[in-house]
Amino acid sequence: MFATIKRLYHQFGSPRYFYDMTGKMLPWLIAGAVLLIIPGIVWGLAFAPPDYLQGNSYRIMYIHVPAASLAMGAYVMMAVAGVVVLVWRMKMAEMVARSIAPIGASFAFLCLITGAIWGKPTWGTWWVWDARLTSMLILLFLYIGVMALNMAIENAQSAARATAVLSIVGAVNIPIIKYSVEWWNTLHQPASISMTSSSMATEMLIPLLLCIFGFYFLFAVLLIMATRCEILQREQRSNWVRQLVENN
Amino acid sequence: MGTELNPAAVNPAVVKPPSMAQGFNAMLRRDLVVAFRQRSDLVNPLFFFIMVIALFPLGIGPEPSTLQKIAPGVIWIAALLSTLLSVDSLFRQDFDDGSLELALLSPQPLFVLVLGKIIAHWLVTALPLILVSPVLGVMLYMDADTIQATLCSLLLGTPVLSMISAIGAALTVGLRKGGVLVAIIALPLYVPVLIFGTGAVEAASMSMAFGGQLAILGAFLILALAFAPFAIAAGLRISLNG
Repeated sequence: MFATIKRLYHQFGSPRYFYDMTGKMLPWLIAGAVLLIIPGIVWGLAFAPPDYLQGNSYRIMYIHVPAASLAMGAYVMMAVAGVVVLVWRMKMAEMVARSIAPIGASFAFLCLITGAIWGKPTWGTWWVWDARLTSMLILLFLYIGVMALNMAIENAQSAARATAVLSIVGAVNIPIIKYSVEWWNTLHQPASISMTSSSMATEMLIPLLLCIFGFYFLFAVLLIMATRCEILQREQRSNWVRQLVENN
Repeated sequence: MGTELNPAAVNPAVVKPPSMAQGFNAMLRRDLVVAFRQRSDLVNPLFFFIMVIALFPLGIGPEPSTLQKIAPGVIWIAALLSTLLSVDSLFRQDFDDGSLELALLSPQPLFVLVLGKIIAHWLVTALPLILVSPVLGVMLYMDADTIQATLCSLLLGTPVLSMISAIGAALTVGLRKGGVLVAIIALPLYVPVLIFGTGAVEAASMSMAFGGQLAILGAFLILALAFAPFAIAAGLRISLNG
């Protein structure tokens, strides 16, 4: 088991192997994303029963919840890739970490936008300084900082390593930020409506799970496509990329 | 046999490089001396702090009740911005004249020297601002308890702000366009300190106990003292090698 993981780690550490393998995996991942998201969304938006309290407006959660989950997951993944960059100096991890940031930021943005759209009919305002909303906003700011730093440094390797340090610092801070924002919010105002207070009906939960898994597939697809572009750009001087370009 | 290979036989000074404490002290003293040779840089963050706070009543209105309400946030955000502005010069000069590279090559671990630099920086930029904050507190109609809480929370919180912004400064020191980038990197990380700093002052203004918030700020300070120098040292290594 461990030997297999170690072998896979070394194989996927090679840009060429990564490019070839992900090229073969990509159609399957796209199929997975489509087969999960489309039924999930259609079921969730059209067939799941309306909520007894919120009516139909709750249906935006079929996009909102997966986006929120991915926005946080992507940051953790970026920090883990950052550790690999700093400890093992792995080139592939640099490219993956660089590709994650815009995708994670997009999901955080999507989560905030859908949250605002949901908040208008439910809470009566587009924005509430609720603990969850605020920490998601700060997560988006952290992503923006990482992206700004990455773009500001020209040398690809030092950009990757500087970003790695920043994303690790950010990852250490995320629990502290989340905890302080919750503390701050409870000081300022009583808790707002909580989604989790009523347990979810099965016919609402299944499409949500489909959407969450589907979004994870979508994330994998986006990440792999972005990383493959990054590989071609960074390895443009190597022979295999030249051959690849000539053959196509 | 072998004595000629022993550096001690050639030069006794080689054997015992300056200790970590000596390196720390040397860096601290050097930075303080450099700062006091450029007095204008020394007072600029302080004037910035005072001016920003003076602008708030002009922008919002002179009603004592409003000013009293916003005072904790105003003082804290002004302190935060002034830290952010002054931190760009933390490594810039040393980077330009090459002494940062010497620090990297010195026998002491880099994080010890970095800690010395940051403490010196905090002493010359943040401490005057903390000392002047009671006066500004009076101008914003704070009572004695609130002013005391402001002093305590700034004393515990501003070193954390210095450490966090130093991480940003270290990562961007090699770039020509530091300023705004440091702000974008560091501002989201300031959030917990800001929350608990203003929380302590607000609690004091409502005559509630604020020891809890101060304790958490103290915990942040210890955490930052323990870990930030390593991140800063790593950032400097990356900036200088890249």
